[in-house]
Amino acid sequence: MTVLLALAAAVLFATGTWLLLQRRLSRIIVGLGLLGHGANLVLITAGGRRGTPPLIGESEPSTFADPLPQAMALTALVITFGVTAFLLAMGFRSWQLTHDDEVEDDIEDRMIGRAGRPDDAVDDELAAQRAQAEEDAS
Amino acid sequence: MNALVALPLALPLLGAAVSVVLGRWRPVQRLVTLAVLATSLVISVVLVVRVEREGIQVSQAGGWPAPFGISLVVDRLSAVMLVVSSAMLLAVALFAIGEREGEGRHVGFHPVYLVLAAGVAGSFVTGDLFNLFVCFEMMLVASYVLITLGGRPDQIRAGMTYVVISLVASIAFVTVLGLVYSATGTVNMADLSTRIPELDGALRTGFAVLLLGVFGIKAGLFPLFSWLPDSYPTAPGPVTAIFAGLLTKVGVYAIIRTQTLLIPEGSRPDVLILVVAGLTMVIGVLGAIAQDDMKRILSFHIVSQIGYMVFGLGLFTVAGLAGAVFFLANNIVLKTSLLLVAGIVDRFAGSCRLSETGGLVRRAPVVAVMFGLPALSLAGLPPFSGFVAKLGLVDAGVSSEAWAITAVSLAVSLFTTYSMTKIWAGVFWGERDRTPSRTAHTSDRFGAPPLMLIATGAVVAMSLAIALFAGPLWDLAERIGADLVDPSGYVEAVLGGDS
Repeated sequence: MTVLLALAAAVLFATGTWLLLQRRLSRIIVGLGLLGHGANLVLITAGGRRGTPPLIGESEPSTFADPLPQAMALTALVITFGVTAFLLAMGFRSWQLTHDDEVEDDIEDRMIGRAGRPDDAVDDELAAQRAQAEEDAS
Repeated sequence: MNALVALPLALPLLGAAVSVVLGRWRPVQRLVTLAVLATSLVISVVLVVRVEREGIQVSQAGGWPAPFGISLVVDRLSAVMLVVSSAMLLAVALFAIGEREGEGRHVGFHPVYLVLAAGVAGSFVTGDLFNLFVCFEMMLVASYVLITLGGRPDQIRAGMTYVVISLVASIAFVTVLGLVYSATGTVNMADLSTRIPELDGALRTGFAVLLLGVFGIKAGLFPLFSWLPDSYPTAPGPVTAIFAGLLTKVGVYAIIRTQTLLIPEGSRPDVLILVVAGLTMVIGVLGAIAQDDMKRILSFHIVSQIGYMVFGLGLFTVAGLAGAVFFLANNIVLKTSLLLVAGIVDRFAGSCRLSETGGLVRRAPVVAVMFGLPALSLAGLPPFSGFVAKLGLVDAGVSSEAWAITAVSLAVSLFTTYSMTKIWAGVFWGERDRTPSRTAHTSDRFGAPPLMLIATGAVVAMSLAIALFAGPLWDLAERIGADLVDPSGYVEAVLGGDS
């Protein structure tokens, strides 16, 4: 069971990371959701073997399942849920503003990057970008 | 049950709930915020006195004994951080009320601000690693809302980066928690402090590096800092100030706490920490030189200064940790005051780009003085508090014979002075090259509404007071350093004498 859970966590982490590295916002949000699930599975797995419900009087204390990681996973789950909802709202706002799902560059950073270079090099790059944009549009 | 320990966390949360209900009456909301934060400040000062007199204050939530329940612990470091952070939160709240930009327009500002206060205080008082995660989340979720308050396109773009990076760090934190729990079976920090030394050596160092990485993202360590100068400057003025002052420093606090308390001597990645500290200092300060925006320059300096704090930690000596803690507390005050001034400049001149502002020394001399004093202090010039902090660190570096990192820290100081001079020359002297696109508020007599000036002035005065009382404060920092080097007192206070 533990091996299965560990494998599931590994797959979730792998797909989550791959989605996180995309340029599309919606994919990033789904990726974060998967990463969160992976982390919660790790927490659950940390509790060790399965056991009986940890209720005193119901069964032997030595056969109890560890309830603490489950409580922690529940807390973490609620937090991830809340933040994902907030991210979706932000993604929607971003789409409202730009009508585009893509994550933009830091404009200020680009301006400073250009500031130190000769003007014709910047012109060349801008021309290349414009050509690329036209190509995308057509 | 020591109720005083829980109050800095519980009071702002209660205040936030009340504030939501009173959303229609802005003046009442303001009153609630100020009353709660002022009370927190008083409680924090009382806690410092009590910790000094009676030793570490512990409260077991719900009366559950130590490794089973959630412990709230206030030792000297926590108490000092509580005082500094609640003073900053109060000053910035006053500033926000005086500015009436985000605060006046949004119902949510006050409740969210109080949740941020609760998260910051909670991170300082918690003695439980999972609870630390929850308090971090409280603080971060509040910061997500504050950083995008207003919903402008640039805020949404920068906020998105900030939220995604923070969320990745949080997920990494949960994963590390899972690993630590499966190795030790506990998340109580005092209990972990006794269990982790029993683990295999490689595992101990592994945990140390993982925790450093997780908190390194939140603190803005090299190479994990790139989100910081991108996202902070786009937030409203007072929000940038409180983020710059507090959020990354809570990360540094967590690094200091976990590396000294949880990781036993011999397994600490001290060389790694020193290398990262040096690179953080250098890259941060070099990044600042290229910038044209006052807030962005100061944001890169946040990164650079984090390097100094981690440098003090990396020495793992009493003097080094004392220097780190003194630098940390002092830097919170300095960074808050500098970014509050940046907020005033932004409002007064309609921009805080160096190319779009100029001549403020004549048009708003009060503001110029309030920038000049903390800027000189940040650069580490005597007789200001920044000089005491850097002297302490350099002294510790020399006595540990860590020559390379000490030399780097001195060289970086020189570049810091250069950056501050650049802001001074661009904003306060000279003429502007371009006209800013936004409208300027030049009608106020001293450059800003009185409340904004009073709040900023109070923070500047606090940084001067640190310099004035440097002697006793340094002694306090040394006692904190001694506590951190030998955490047995902390463990005993939480678990009780018998374990």
